[in-house]
Amino acid sequence: MSPQRSEQLLLIPLRLAAMSAAVICFLIVALLVLESLPALNNIGWRLLSDANWRPTPAAADGAFRVTPMVVATLVITAGAVLLAAPLGLASALFCRFYASPSVAVVYRRLVELLAGIPGVIYGFWGLVVLVPLLGAWRPPGASLLAASLVLALMILPTVALISESAMRAVPQRYVRAAAALGLSRWGTIRSVILPSARRGILTAVILATGRAIGETLAVVMVVGNIVRFPSGLMEPVRALTGNIALEMGYASGDHRSALFFSGLVLTGLVMVLVLFANRLGHRGAISDA
Amino acid sequence: MLDRVLTQPRAKCRKVTLPDRLAALLVWTVATLVAGMLLWIVLDLLRHGLPHLSIGFLLDAPRDAGRAGGIAPVLVATAMILIVSLAVAVPLGLATALLLSEYIRRGSRFAGFVRHALEVLAGVPSIVFGLFGNALFVRYFGMGYSVAAGGLTLACMVLPLFVRASEEALRSVPDDFRRAADALGLTRAAAIRSVLLPAALPGILVALVLSTGRALAEAAALLFTSGYVLRVPESLGDSGRTLAVHIYELAMNVPGGESQAYATGVVLLGALLLINLLTALLGRRYGAQVQGVRR
Repeated sequence: MSPQRSEQLLLIPLRLAAMSAAVICFLIVALLVLESLPALNNIGWRLLSDANWRPTPAAADGAFRVTPMVVATLVITAGAVLLAAPLGLASALFCRFYASPSVAVVYRRLVELLAGIPGVIYGFWGLVVLVPLLGAWRPPGASLLAASLVLALMILPTVALISESAMRAVPQRYVRAAAALGLSRWGTIRSVILPSARRGILTAVILATGRAIGETLAVVMVVGNIVRFPSGLMEPVRALTGNIALEMGYASGDHRSALFFSGLVLTGLVMVLVLFANRLGHRGAISDA
Repeated sequence: MLDRVLTQPRAKCRKVTLPDRLAALLVWTVATLVAGMLLWIVLDLLRHGLPHLSIGFLLDAPRDAGRAGGIAPVLVATAMILIVSLAVAVPLGLATALLLSEYIRRGSRFAGFVRHALEVLAGVPSIVFGLFGNALFVRYFGMGYSVAAGGLTLACMVLPLFVRASEEALRSVPDDFRRAADALGLTRAAAIRSVLLPAALPGILVALVLSTGRALAEAAALLFTSGYVLRVPESLGDSGRTLAVHIYELAMNVPGGESQAYATGVVLLGALLLINLLTALLGRRYGAQVQGVRR
């Protein structure tokens, strides 16, 4: 066998292996759609128009309104991002411009550690520490606010690490030029660093939003899980992800199918965000998170 | 570091204005707050979890739905699921990384296609992986709630991370190595086996360790694939519960399971910290090795 031939022979399995990611993506979407079809056929618009969420295996017996959970997911996510974006950005600025080099190294390690803590542990901490604290102030404690707080903490490292690497990519000569102009530290940050790193920072916030929408267990554990439209920060609600986690265990028939449909909606939401973030560029940074 | 020097406010020629002071105050406050939150979470876990931790806790079977006893079956199930997922993800991922770094040009269409698929896969929420695994492995493949189904689901989930990290490892092998292999008349396959893979090994180990960490932390994808049976799985076809799932079950569905959940949390966090440390150490050795080569 000639060397060229053996080369070709090796390429075939490698190419097949490399296709696996694409095949898995295809299977995920195909299965979600396939499993959602009964819900779309038998429940259809009732997903929006039913009186409430009282799922049964047969579509005719139950009620299947998912909108309160979609809205709850969006509100929880918005709250988390509103909190995490400024805090994460400030963390990045601290590392890059305020802390001394040794403090910055330690602080970055801390943020990386925060990024490595599993969602389950955030959720557990929220359940046993945060929820009772909030409950003492305004019962029951398990609420939209608790979920937003826990999620904010979870996605803060994403914002901080990606925006820091975006700031690192700002050319040194900009900073030197700002120094030559006599700009102060804050002046440099506001008029040089933030404008030139804004795409990277936006990418960071979008990716963090995607993570917040998709997070399941940390939310389930602190949000109270009552299906209704959010009417106040301290009200318990149920998120779309949490609904899947809570009901997949016993769901069957059209109920199960409706859960797959909520998975499809979630995937759609997150995909739009991820693709948008990728289009914004700054690919190197994405790999940091 | 230059940024920091150049933006130091003490430079004589600059005015330090009120907004400057306010910004500095704000940034320092946030940094303190974030560090404080991390300490709060970790210390709370340690304070309540450490007293329940003992060798017995690791080696005993749980009693009373996990309210008492240990977590031995959970540890066994966790290890089994990890092994299955890595056994699938590592060969697939390594082959993908080899193809991307050694065989096809960066800008080629196939490379773009594979990269795009990996990016999409990395963005899929973990609960959706759970749905996917439940539909494909548990139902269509008829595996039921099992270690195998959970491991395969996790393999799909960690694949993008493993590919990216090991591709980075392969790319950071100096091109001199490839030229030297060419000069020796090695075929590409031989060059990969006896030059590139050994040189990239520490980096590939980092990829392995990172993927293990991701898999260990996961629970949502496992609830409906490997399930939550609290026994030692006797085969890959049995259901088993990982550490992360155990914490979730104890906290949510077992009243009075809190202290055991704390202790399990300490074990999980300890394992992740160990992994973190291992990555850092490997990374350092790896960096030194590549630098040594360049010198």
